[in-house]
Amino acid sequence: MTSIPQMPKSWRLETKPHKFCPGCGHGLVLKALGEAIDELGIQDKVIFGCDIGCSLLAWDFFNVDTVQTHHGRTTPVVTGVKRANPDTICIAYMGDGGGYAIGSQHLVNAAARNERITAILVNNCNYAMTGGQMAPTTLPGMKTETSPYGRDIKEAGYPTQGPEMVAAITRDGSYVARGTIANLKQLKGYFKKALENQMAGNGFSFVEALASCPTNWRTNAKDTWNFVEKEMPKYFKVGEIKNPAEKEGE
Amino acid sequence: MADKPIQGEKRVFMTGNEVVAWAALAAQADIMYGYPITPQNEIMHYWTRMAPKFGKRFLQTEDELSAGFTTLGGVLAGRRAFTATAGPGNTLMQEPMSMAEMMRIPSVVVIQQRGGPSTATVIYSQQEVTMTAYGGNGEGFRIVYSTGTHQELFDYTIKAFNTAWKYRFPTFVLGDGYQAKMRESLTIYDPQDKGMEMVKTEAFIGKEPVNGIKEPNHIRNTYNTEEELFDVLAKYMEDYLKIAPEIVEYQEFDCDDADLVVVSHGVVSRAAKGAVQELRSEGYKVGYFRPITLRPFPAEQLRAVADKTKTLLLVESAYGQMAKLVKDAIFGSTVAIENLFKPGVGITSEEVVDKVKGLL
Repeated sequence: MTSIPQMPKSWRLETKPHKFCPGCGHGLVLKALGEAIDELGIQDKVIFGCDIGCSLLAWDFFNVDTVQTHHGRTTPVVTGVKRANPDTICIAYMGDGGGYAIGSQHLVNAAARNERITAILVNNCNYAMTGGQMAPTTLPGMKTETSPYGRDIKEAGYPTQGPEMVAAITRDGSYVARGTIANLKQLKGYFKKALENQMAGNGFSFVEALASCPTNWRTNAKDTWNFVEKEMPKYFKVGEIKNPAEKEGE
Repeated sequence: MADKPIQGEKRVFMTGNEVVAWAALAAQADIMYGYPITPQNEIMHYWTRMAPKFGKRFLQTEDELSAGFTTLGGVLAGRRAFTATAGPGNTLMQEPMSMAEMMRIPSVVVIQQRGGPSTATVIYSQQEVTMTAYGGNGEGFRIVYSTGTHQELFDYTIKAFNTAWKYRFPTFVLGDGYQAKMRESLTIYDPQDKGMEMVKTEAFIGKEPVNGIKEPNHIRNTYNTEEELFDVLAKYMEDYLKIAPEIVEYQEFDCDDADLVVVSHGVVSRAAKGAVQELRSEGYKVGYFRPITLRPFPAEQLRAVADKTKTLLLVESAYGQMAKLVKDAIFGSTVAIENLFKPGVGITSEEVVDKVKGLL
């Protein structure tokens, strides 16, 4: 008997195996997202927008309507879709460079306007598609192609704490969390809540997912996992930061 | 909810920005996305006052990048969506419009040109011709209407939606601050009462399932290989060249026996027209040519004029942006070329008359 690994129903099987590097965190993030879409039964209503960077490789990943946009501009594109057709369930999928650097004004203002969209940001501490440059999320002392002696916080400042920033600028109705590929069940739960929050019309939902990049980190399997599971959460605290549903239950 | 914004037709006296808002309403635009910049602000002011009465929407974005990209999102959702901008805002608008070119998204943008480069002046120029026709990292797969009167602002704003949705190329209405801010008389109307049908819109994404089955659409602007991109662009070029003759618009008069033809576009063509009429009444053999579409450009028509006359006088409120389009169009012609260039400054018919008299 052969066993076939269970893939989410919303995945597009013709494009599997996917295009990400071996060991990349995107596949796991998208598995958790696919399962969340399946469990909510919203495949026909989802608009999946993906950014430039490694996230663009997800452009044909799901059997859902998908638009691949420009670097940093996925948030406004799906905002435009949602405003024009509020019946859709819109997801903006991006990396740390797209969300916290080139598209940070869009993230900040979509959050401030409480747009009824779900932004998912994959944090792997570097610009991976372009060859491993320093990102807003590169950890202090971490070596990249543009910080070859390690990120010097005196020169480059501290890493961006995105969910904390989004939580600080949103008011009632927003859902904010940080998950990790080291805990997929929890991550899927955050995605479900973030999507449900949009479906309820409460407001902006934002989930950052800590993810691996062995290609650019130049780490073996053990060190890769250790970095994701142990090192990243020291700076990027995993957990829910804002949950309107809990507030209602108080 | 109110009925149609305009019943039948109505004679009005209003500013150009107000005209654009009325035209978008008459064209059944669904949503405007915008960011404040002079001299286009009043398009938003009028739209936000009138649109909710007709179930239309507005979103004020954080910048023109966002205004452009949200507009594209609205269009992808199958809505008649538009935005308006000017100057440095037009510069930012080029990024979303390059995506519109690559993905054949029928977006509509109204540009009210102001002085440049940089922040420059807030009122007037014709210095956004090159950027509007050929901006972004692309090939200029766009349609650009250069209007000269308030009636044209109304007519071509309505037309822009139909052109965009029929041919699926981003479409621009290129006005300027003089047109935006001045008041003049025009007739506004409901296009359907005039027998004009609005081209039906269609959702690229977010379509309802058919018989319970949803066929997802995957759209992108990134390609893996050079050949893949080349094939896409070759098809776009073929499409563009094929439809160009249907889209091209221009005006000309008194060119047949003219020793000199004045070439101008937009609001400057009003001064040129007055000048040519005055010179004719004084016996000068002068003609008038005006491209209405700057992209595609009425190249054949202008070449025919260039072949008949001795001199083309190119008049524009820029240092030769229209002139580049003209020279490209008539390449190989031996006609003499003279210029009256006043970047960022208005041009009167007296100036054109004086210039022509100095040449003939």
